[in-house]
Amino acid sequence: MKETVTENNEKTFRFCTRLHLKVLTGLRASNIKELLRLIKKVPGSSIYYHTHRFLQQHQYLSPEPPNDFAHWIKSALNEEVLAEKIASIDTIQYGSIRSLRNEIARTIGDYIKENHRIKLRFAAGDKVFHFIKSASLIIPTPYLARDLRDFVEILKKITPNSIYFHMFEARLRLDSETNDFARWLETSLLEGGLAKKIKALDPYTYTMEDLKKKVIEIAEERLNNVNAQ
Amino acid sequence: MSTLNRYEEIVGKNTVDELRMLSGYLEGKVIQHINSTAMGGGVAEILQRIVPLMQELGVNAQWDVIKGNKEFFEVTKAMHNALHGKKVNITSRMWEIFDEVSRENIRDMNLYGDIMFIHDPQPAALIRRKNKMKGSKWIWRCHVDVSLPDKKVWSFLEGFANRYDAAVFSSPHFAHRMKTRQALISPSIDPFSDKNRELSQKEIDTVLAKYKIDPQAKPIVCQISRYDALKDPVGVIKAYKLAKKYVDCQLLLVGNRAADDPETDKVYKQVLEAAGGDPDIHALLVEDIPYEINAFQRVSKVLVQKSIREGFALTVSEALWKAKPVVASAVGGIPLQITHKYSGLLCHSIEGAAFYIKQLLNAPEYAAKLGANGREHIRQNFLLTRHLREHMLLFLSLYHKGDVITFGPPARAKDRA
Repeated sequence: MKETVTENNEKTFRFCTRLHLKVLTGLRASNIKELLRLIKKVPGSSIYYHTHRFLQQHQYLSPEPPNDFAHWIKSALNEEVLAEKIASIDTIQYGSIRSLRNEIARTIGDYIKENHRIKLRFAAGDKVFHFIKSASLIIPTPYLARDLRDFVEILKKITPNSIYFHMFEARLRLDSETNDFARWLETSLLEGGLAKKIKALDPYTYTMEDLKKKVIEIAEERLNNVNAQ
Repeated sequence: MSTLNRYEEIVGKNTVDELRMLSGYLEGKVIQHINSTAMGGGVAEILQRIVPLMQELGVNAQWDVIKGNKEFFEVTKAMHNALHGKKVNITSRMWEIFDEVSRENIRDMNLYGDIMFIHDPQPAALIRRKNKMKGSKWIWRCHVDVSLPDKKVWSFLEGFANRYDAAVFSSPHFAHRMKTRQALISPSIDPFSDKNRELSQKEIDTVLAKYKIDPQAKPIVCQISRYDALKDPVGVIKAYKLAKKYVDCQLLLVGNRAADDPETDKVYKQVLEAAGGDPDIHALLVEDIPYEINAFQRVSKVLVQKSIREGFALTVSEALWKAKPVVASAVGGIPLQITHKYSGLLCHSIEGAAFYIKQLLNAPEYAAKLGANGREHIRQNFLLTRHLREHMLLFLSLYHKGDVITFGPPARAKDRA
């Protein structure tokens, strides 16, 4: 993923949102070898889709997003051990889609080597795995923060899509451990402590609404402290 | 109050603001939707809702309908069945009829959109006009389950589809290896339409009196669908008869007549024969009066959609939106709406449908939980606002290459803090 947010400068923070259009690739897998071959071959936007879509589509349901590969390996191939291994890949550890893709492929490849019988399992016709990719449109919102107060007020108004863009995507886009919020707070507002707290959140363990609440709570706490000084 | 403002109460202001923001990027573009019927069927229903809402957002969206005679619609119905995988013999004369009527429409219709949005196979051949409309973008929207199509008919249609700038399908199962970009967009329902809005008890009672239905007598199991073999109404009767051995209930089959479906009478006759005079089976052939459908869904204890093939099955979304427990076949777009045992029950056979109908009638608390989860799932994913957003994203994506597109502020935007 390339750098896409360029407007955020030293003083202001432009809130953006990322909206997804689901694009069908026509590629499908009915057994584990086909799945592995296609995982290595499909565009990064497809790996991204199948490892992140639950976050947005079922944001209210569960803070632990299952990825599509794990779900399919369990439900269509009935291979629970491998499914668990794929589901438990710690997405936040991987700074890029490339490294996440490599880890998924490595896990499946290693498992096949040790468990030849999995190659004999085929998904029923209506359960084949369809590779989908995300076409993403990144759009600036009208919201521009100039200080911490603006930042908190805007957080209350924006959609989960915007939170998602700045918290989840930033890590993949910037290939770094930080996210857009933490980076701006630290470098522009010199709010190192607040940035550190936001950076320490594992966004994958919250529902989107809970994540939003958590960031607001942390930022508001800091704002109250500043106002009290 | 505008429809968009009413939507804010259901999906939240920020979601509607997002739509307003997106619409700003479409300023100056004309969107022309074209389908085969203004009344009846899911496509007309979607367009009746989505076009005005898009206009309310300030987008110049229009809707026109192709002309066709009885013969033409018989051919397109046969094509429709073939695309669903049914064995159909399309004769050379039938291909000629399709071609003749398509050419008449290409010649006579006023085609003027910057973005031409063509729905289903009937008007697909309009793409032949693309070359004469410089700079125009064309989208073919396939509402049909084409997962296992008749190869000859699909290949014929694909010849047109590949000339479009994008094709849109309702389920990943319908994807093919095509030359054109294929987007996945599920249809949606409008919670404020007569088919889905809250009804007063008086309104409900009027409908029940009109059709002599008494929901107090026995719990109602209901399927709302056209009388079409692919909706398997006879299968529903068989499932009801199996369930009724253990739980006394009544069956309500409700179907209207779509203008482009000449098979209704034949299937309706089969339904009456299968019912065999059972006084607890009410097979209604009704006019397309949406609030009556709404009332039937609201008084039912279990909604069934036992289709053999489906496009998306909006009737499932409608039932779930009313927090009703649903038993439905795992075909077409239904598994996107129902997660088995979480937001409904998926079946694969008549016996399976019967078992789940029985289970839901006997366990009302479980049924209520499935219904509540189903309603929330629809609120999050299958209301018109999501549909509208994806349409606008698709339109915008037509003008850009690549999987990541970054936009500057739209002309109408103003900074807010």
